Amino acid sequence: MKVYFDKTKETTELEASTVKELLDKLKLNPETVLITKNNELLTENESLNKKDEIKILSVISGG
Amino acid sequence: MACKNCETKPVIILPNSAVSHCKQCFFKYFEKKVNKVINQYKLIEEEDHIGVAVSGGKDSTTLLYLLNKHIKKRRGIKLSAIAIDEGIQGYRDKSLDFIKKFCKEQEVDLKIFSYEKEFGKSLDNIMKTFKGVPCSVCGVFRRNILNKKAKELNFTKLATGHNLDDEAQTILMNYFRRNIKASSRLGPITGVLKTRDFVKRIKPLYFLTEKEIATYAFLKGFMDEFNECPYSKDSYRNRLREVINDFDNKYPGTKYNIIYSFLEILPLLKSEYKNELNYCKTCGEPCSRPKCKSCEYVETLIKP
Repeated sequence: MKVYFDKTKETTELEASTVKELLDKLKLNPETVLITKNNELLTENESLNKKDEIKILSVISGG
Repeated sequence: MACKNCETKPVIILPNSAVSHCKQCFFKYFEKKVNKVINQYKLIEEEDHIGVAVSGGKDSTTLLYLLNKHIKKRRGIKLSAIAIDEGIQGYRDKSLDFIKKFCKEQEVDLKIFSYEKEFGKSLDNIMKTFKGVPCSVCGVFRRNILNKKAKELNFTKLATGHNLDDEAQTILMNYFRRNIKASSRLGPITGVLKTRDFVKRIKPLYFLTEKEIATYAFLKGFMDEFNECPYSKDSYRNRLREVINDFDNKYPGTKYNIIYSFLEILPLLKSEYKNELNYCKTCGEPCSRPKCKSCEYVETLIKP
């Protein structure tokens, strides 16, 4: 699946069966990101499939 | 796992309790928490003129929206917004454009003050020669303008978007740096002194995490990405944020425990450190030393 991360502005190809597995592969703490598919939020338990296009938003902001 | 209350598709699993919420139940949970802290700590009282410090980020945008909603249910309370333009090209200019539009939609009066006009230099220009940490000078200047302008604009309280993560980081920063006196000035409401020289600060998002606020802002459609200040990347605070988030991921509840443990000892800190106000010999603003840090920075960085 295609995974876009707004912090690095990069898109990568990855395989993962759940959001949790995806975050583990990317070494991302679930507290620091929102995971979206078609502009909808996904929880860590959500299943993923190969054709999904995922956008990861870093929640760290401000300053 | 479906929503705890209505069995529909969840949008968030709260890490502290492992409870799942759908969009509507999450809004209820979130807004209830904000109203609870406002009532419990008497953050907003009759006749208040609340100034909301806004930046265009998720925290202050959410705060402005919720306070605007809150005051409509109560009589005699006025709400205005105040923003600071530090002069950070490519970052603050964009967020200020956003917040101007948002305030207009919310029908809230917004006043913007800049470092350039108030101190003579933008943060970008200061950083061309200053080799120290940008957040220290920026924070000092921001607090100085906010307090000065809050008084000029007759705000009785200044509401800020500080969240649970910010507060947990500050508590540990003060501890690690042996600056416990500074922690006596923390909490959901601060500056409770019998003087009009220091405008009280209120933090209605005190018990909400950064992730919860981002979730709320995203689901409300305020924004679909969250930008980080380009100067904050290597800060001490960011390092602590990583440490606390790693701990919270491994041991859920850590962040809440930092806050609740701190609130238990806060009354003791307040009685130990009375925080008597002095006044800066140069600008007359309240401070803890003979000359305020803001005037020191102006003398060394702007008019050396």
